[in-house]
Amino acid sequence: MNKATESTLTIDGRTVAIEGEQNLLELVRKANIDLPTFCYHSELSVYGACRLCLVQVEGRGISGACSTPPEPGLKVLTTTPEIREIRKIAVELLLANHDQSCPTCSRSANCQLQSLAQRLGIKKVRFKSVHQPVPLDESSPSLVRDPNKCVLCGDCVRMCSEIQGIGAIDFSHRGHEVMVQPAFGKPLGEVECVNCGQCASVCPTGALTIKSEVDKVWELIADKAKTVIVQIAPAVRVGLGECFGLKPGEITTGRIVAALKHLGFNQVYDTSFAADLTVIEEGTEFLERKTQGGTLPMFTSCCPGWVKYTEQYFPELLPNLSTCRSPQAMFGSLVKAMLPDQMKIERKDLKVVAIMPCTAKKFEAQRPEMGVDGDPDVDYVLTTQELAHMIQSAGIMFDTLQPESFDMPFGFYTGAGVIFGNSGGVMEAVLRYAAEKATGQRLEQVDFQQVRGDSGLREATITVNGSELKLAVVHGLRNARVVAEQVRAGKSRYDLIEVMACPGGCIGGAGQPVSTTRDTRALRTKGLYHADKMLQLHKSQDNVFITECYAKFLGDIGGEKAHHLLHTTYQSRRRIADESLALMQSENEDKLKVSVCLGTNCFLKGSQEVLNGVLRHGEQSGMEGKLDVRAGFCFEKCESGPTVMIGGEHIPNCNAAKAIEEIDRRIENDEPAGTCNGHSCNHCGK
Amino acid sequence: MAPEEICKLITDSGLRGRGGGGFPTGRKWDAARVQNSTKKYVICNGDEGDPGAFMNRSVMEGNPHSVIEGLMIAARAIGASETLIYVRAEYPLAVERVRRAVADAEGEGILGKNVFGTGLSLKCEVMEGAGAFVCGEETAMIASIEGQRGMPRPKPPFPAQSGLWGKPTIINNVETLAHVSRILKVGAEVFKSIGTKDSPGTKTFALTGHVANTGLVEVPFGTTLREIVLNIGGGITDDAGKIWKTGFKAVQIGGPSGGCLTEEHLDLPLAYESLRAVGAMVGSGGLVAMNQGTCMVSIARFFMEFTQRESCGKCVLCREGTNQLLALLDDVIEGRADAGTLELLEKLGHAVQVGSLCGLGKTAPNPVLSTLRYFRKEYEEHIFEKRCRTGRCKALLSPGINEVKCKGCGLCIKACPTGAITGEKKKPHHIDAELCIKCGACATACKIHAVEGI
Repeated sequence: MNKATESTLTIDGRTVAIEGEQNLLELVRKANIDLPTFCYHSELSVYGACRLCLVQVEGRGISGACSTPPEPGLKVLTTTPEIREIRKIAVELLLANHDQSCPTCSRSANCQLQSLAQRLGIKKVRFKSVHQPVPLDESSPSLVRDPNKCVLCGDCVRMCSEIQGIGAIDFSHRGHEVMVQPAFGKPLGEVECVNCGQCASVCPTGALTIKSEVDKVWELIADKAKTVIVQIAPAVRVGLGECFGLKPGEITTGRIVAALKHLGFNQVYDTSFAADLTVIEEGTEFLERKTQGGTLPMFTSCCPGWVKYTEQYFPELLPNLSTCRSPQAMFGSLVKAMLPDQMKIERKDLKVVAIMPCTAKKFEAQRPEMGVDGDPDVDYVLTTQELAHMIQSAGIMFDTLQPESFDMPFGFYTGAGVIFGNSGGVMEAVLRYAAEKATGQRLEQVDFQQVRGDSGLREATITVNGSELKLAVVHGLRNARVVAEQVRAGKSRYDLIEVMACPGGCIGGAGQPVSTTRDTRALRTKGLYHADKMLQLHKSQDNVFITECYAKFLGDIGGEKAHHLLHTTYQSRRRIADESLALMQSENEDKLKVSVCLGTNCFLKGSQEVLNGVLRHGEQSGMEGKLDVRAGFCFEKCESGPTVMIGGEHIPNCNAAKAIEEIDRRIENDEPAGTCNGHSCNHCGK
Repeated sequence: MAPEEICKLITDSGLRGRGGGGFPTGRKWDAARVQNSTKKYVICNGDEGDPGAFMNRSVMEGNPHSVIEGLMIAARAIGASETLIYVRAEYPLAVERVRRAVADAEGEGILGKNVFGTGLSLKCEVMEGAGAFVCGEETAMIASIEGQRGMPRPKPPFPAQSGLWGKPTIINNVETLAHVSRILKVGAEVFKSIGTKDSPGTKTFALTGHVANTGLVEVPFGTTLREIVLNIGGGITDDAGKIWKTGFKAVQIGGPSGGCLTEEHLDLPLAYESLRAVGAMVGSGGLVAMNQGTCMVSIARFFMEFTQRESCGKCVLCREGTNQLLALLDDVIEGRADAGTLELLEKLGHAVQVGSLCGLGKTAPNPVLSTLRYFRKEYEEHIFEKRCRTGRCKALLSPGINEVKCKGCGLCIKACPTGAITGEKKKPHHIDAELCIKCGACATACKIHAVEGI
């Protein structure tokens, strides 16, 4: 116990030193009292909504510990009969407005509401249920939003806006009708959510959960006509153990392989192999850009959350994004191109499952460009959590499994591939390649400590071959925004920027077991660096199977085949493409498509009158059946508005007379749709 | 006058916030004055939202310049160069008048770039509220002005330390600011000579309900309820509006978050402390008089429904607690309550009062707790006797026909809209409780008052 001094206060009669804590809650927890909270996260702003951390301060009454600054001499009581009763009432109130289908809830095992009810000894809810069921939102490829389980702590809202800088969800309505949802009640799958899932990782209940693909994978494994191969991402090996009582950061690679073989996967591979491949491609791309005057700075493109974020908010920076696919995507693309021939099976019978620490990877796998003729390169993505469920469901005793090794060749990897899971890992791995490549000399000291660490934005300058490389490593998309804005403004001094959406990088991904505190993250990070240390090879270029892969299959690094299989293109998502309102529709296939922009700029310039004129003309001239008239949102041609698209052609500075003239001309000449369908073609300019 | 002098004068005058809390205005200003910041704000809270209260509206419509003057003095006192008047959007005339007054003041060189030729600038913006009652709470108002959802945040930090855009900010009610220029003119002593020791000055109440004269009443603090309701208000009336000498039952003071007072409080001098001691508050000054025909449980429910609907939904105790308080009151009113209901109402009411995040939640249970305190008997009648003495709680009615009185005239049969009454001519009639909708048509139709219990 501390001695009472000028910078101490008492908590439940025991003296506690104030050592820079921001609030009483931190102090109380330091004093080994686990004051319950729903809405307090040290990395988010103080919210003060759950009212569970109430404490009594002598002379001041009862207030939230989270929002009370520590002051010397305070006498704090954490559990008086009055506070106990209020706390119980608060939890009972939540339970009375909660969908209590707990046994079937995916968070049943680690639900804070449930454990709190137990802790506080709530045997009966004194209030009657006021819960009104609302439908689930399953529109997102990555997440399920179940408002029936929401306790409105706002953790997800603050995570999305404060750490990720997005704000895809927020509170709506008032009183007991309040709920957390995307703007205008839209489905999560249709808004600016980047699928990072950090909202789900801070959700104390089952209101935001990972969209499970476990059942589909069970089906796949049972299908004897299919060859099912699985890849596991680097970060999974330091996270999965937590679901089985092991310490965060404990490396369980061998046991994961054994478990996956137990589950019935035909081949078990490592995404780290593809990470090595990414290093070679991305490193080469970077050196080319650097030496041949390409677009710099170059951003890494491994993180699907970051990629979608760039497409949405910084489409002008898409040329800065490395064209390399992510390791997951490279893996899928490569094996589906190589293995069918080798195994003498058809591509459709080869199925790829990826085990990822990430929810956004589910979205990435579904991107149309990550597949061939509609057959995805990666069929299903399971998160670390989902794999744990499969292992538990199969009854496999994970902690006592005998380790097994990966299959070859895609199970062979270097330490450079493994550290991909850490923030700064991709940067370090690329440096290990680029430094050697640029100098032509063997790199002995492979650790680049300058790019390691926990800070959200880290900078480093490295001199290679006499020239300076300015580097930045960012995690958390809000931090990324700062850097991206610098680049957009032409004020960035970096050459290469690594961005990971999740705090800490992939090891802090939302697919990992819940409890992403700073401590857990640090242990996982350490685990991956340790895994690197334990390997004989630390540089991707030393991976003999990669070399063999290029020699026998891919051809040149960055060559045509490599480009086709390992690189990709991006699209601007600044506008919601299908956001248009049909006003005059036609079943006729040869209809002439007319789309009038009603965005603010065009509207102010009179596009509403153009639209009215076109509609009136259509009706009066009996053109129903020949015309398809829509009110569009924005074609990004604001400077020459009002913008009207007729048969795919952009009519700048349009007015009603001009539009009608063009419509009449086309109908007369029987010249309906152009190559574009008008409203959705924002890019080609036609 | 120097800023310190203004703050001292206002502190000496004992002026307290007229918006509800009654916090000493001078102390609030001083807290902002001592902050070291190049930017400070003064906000005038004109988001009056209590049902039936309109004293701020009358000031904003009738004398907007008094508010602007107060704002300017406050700005000078704390060293602010920007002020803002947040007016309830549902007061279009107030918005218009305040806007015009600001424009006029700017035109005269009173506001704007060069105030009174001193070279000092003072900006005054007028902003319309977003329609939420909770935006009257200062931190929620700041969020609303910043374009956020109007939700309160925990204090500290207090707005005087970190308010609008993170800068020291004071928020004063319209009526408070309207007092300021008078105080500067007449001095603290004159101001203090009116009202009580702890609550100097006058306060405007919005008197409504079962009284002969309704409207705004400005009286010195310390005036008794009797004076306001029975004398100025002209006495209690019945539902038809006629004076009902013995009709006084209660007043709800302080708006939806206030409390109910009874006959025993008629001679209580109205002031901040005296009202708090009896479980009520000055609030913004709403005063609803109620006659003997008023069901106090229903009244508690009315106010509870209002605060429930207007809760921003942020903190658990207010959002869920007010909803459950409402459900418990419904149980009482609709005959489902039992002995446990009263205990739960009290425990939950206390938890919401103590544990809520902001003033709205902390005061939301007041109508329930104060009616429980002073009209417990009525609650007990509802619960144990399944009876509402005023007949307002329909679910508790059990209409029946007194067989001795009934002459079997059949008038009630004709009047009944659901065919619930049967009986042979000249023999006592009977009401089928299953079919009866308790509309009371039979009782109105019966000339000899044979229908009872409704």
